[in-house]
Amino acid sequence: MTLPTFQPGDDPGPSFAGLLKHLGNQPDYSAASGDPAEIAHGTTVVASRFSGGVVIAGDRRATAGNLISHRTMNKVFPADRWSGVAVAGAAGPAMEMVKMFQLQLEHYEKVEGRPLSLEGKANQLSQMVRGHLPAAMQGMIVVPLFAGFDRRRGHGRLFAYDVTGGRYEEEDYVASGSGSLFARTVIKLGHRETNTRDEAIDLMIRALFTAADDDSATGGPDSMRGIYPIVAVITAEGYAELPEAEVAERFERVLAEFAGREDA
Amino acid sequence: MNMPFYVAPEQLMKDRADFAQKGIARGRSLAAVEFDEGVLLCAENPSRNLRKISEIYDRIAFAGVGRYNEYDQLRIAGIRHADVKGYTYSRDDVDPQALANQYAQMLGQIFTHETKPLEVEILVAAVGYQRHGDRMFHIRYDGSVTDEDGFAVLGGEAEPIRQRLAASYNEDMDMTGALRAAVAALGSEDRTLASDELEVGVLDRLERGRCFRRLENGEIARLLAD
Repeated sequence: MTLPTFQPGDDPGPSFAGLLKHLGNQPDYSAASGDPAEIAHGTTVVASRFSGGVVIAGDRRATAGNLISHRTMNKVFPADRWSGVAVAGAAGPAMEMVKMFQLQLEHYEKVEGRPLSLEGKANQLSQMVRGHLPAAMQGMIVVPLFAGFDRRRGHGRLFAYDVTGGRYEEEDYVASGSGSLFARTVIKLGHRETNTRDEAIDLMIRALFTAADDDSATGGPDSMRGIYPIVAVITAEGYAELPEAEVAERFERVLAEFAGREDA
Repeated sequence: MNMPFYVAPEQLMKDRADFAQKGIARGRSLAAVEFDEGVLLCAENPSRNLRKISEIYDRIAFAGVGRYNEYDQLRIAGIRHADVKGYTYSRDDVDPQALANQYAQMLGQIFTHETKPLEVEILVAAVGYQRHGDRMFHIRYDGSVTDEDGFAVLGGEAEPIRQRLAASYNEDMDMTGALRAAVAALGSEDRTLASDELEVGVLDRLERGRCFRRLENGEIARLLAD
């Protein structure tokens, strides 16, 4: 692997995607065809704002048609120190998109010596989703959520996307993926401007539990195998994933609540 | 027909080397010191914006002295090399030695074939998971590489600084000790460097992921004060 150098007029600047393009090393899904049902799909990711930042969470299941293809898939990732990204949709391209997005932010930060603004990061992701549109048209849809702590403004922010790269900033909460309809309803009912961190986390857990309850493509808590959704909190201190034990404990409490309701 | 003047290869190389050394000697020097929990890079640099020290990858840092535009281009080329390699293979496969070899090749090529050699000296420093995994490669304008052990000094007046640093260096220093030794060596008996004339970066061995961080002015001042 050689040292990439460019003529001044040809320089890709701080863009990692531009660099890969110059080196002829860009992922390309344009020739893909076949039955989209056979491609693994990840489902249901949610995010919500609270007073000190944002919570972002996702279940762990990936499905191909009516089959469960992965039980431990991760759909929630740190994008950099102060932001996170969660993806729903075709698993392969989604993972590639996350990896590219992470690298893009890191590359920019290192080359320029300062990180992108949160708005700039959200815009970057929008361009990546737009670039993926030809593949999305062939069934490999990828729809990310982006959440981060805006250090210039001092609060958490949320962004939702559509297949065409459309970027929508959400004030309160957002859900994406096959179980999002159920999850969104739960969040809608429980969301308050004044929610604390703990309340916001429990709300995400309730939302994911309900989504898994009614949508076969969303995975619920699996205490037999010890598999629980991934929950991450982004505050002024940065991105932090909740330890699995804590998520498990919170799920148990929520489950007890639901069980209590059924008995009554 | 015009005959070009004959210049002996020895003379040609010497002229180029003199030219590069003169350019490098105009700038300020830089020192890197291995300590118990990482590697510290310290440069005399009154500018807050034109950096000499920066991050290349998870456990690799870059430092350059000489002409800013030239070593900054090398820095960016290094970041590109590392990021593409990490993307193609894995983050664990990005190693400082391959990068140092690439730099050496490029600098050597430019030294012999281009109109003008680069007026820079650079350092590729990497922090290991254990102390014996630390690496420092010092690459000169002509592409020659030295594998430095314990500490390294770059710049026009490297020799007196190296002697001062050799006298104060010991393997068991912590970060504060390493910083003080580097700052004392970069200054001299009659010139003490203040925290706002310094640029300091650290590769932290205990950190996971990206190990590089800059020390801000206030922190440098605090560490230098008793």
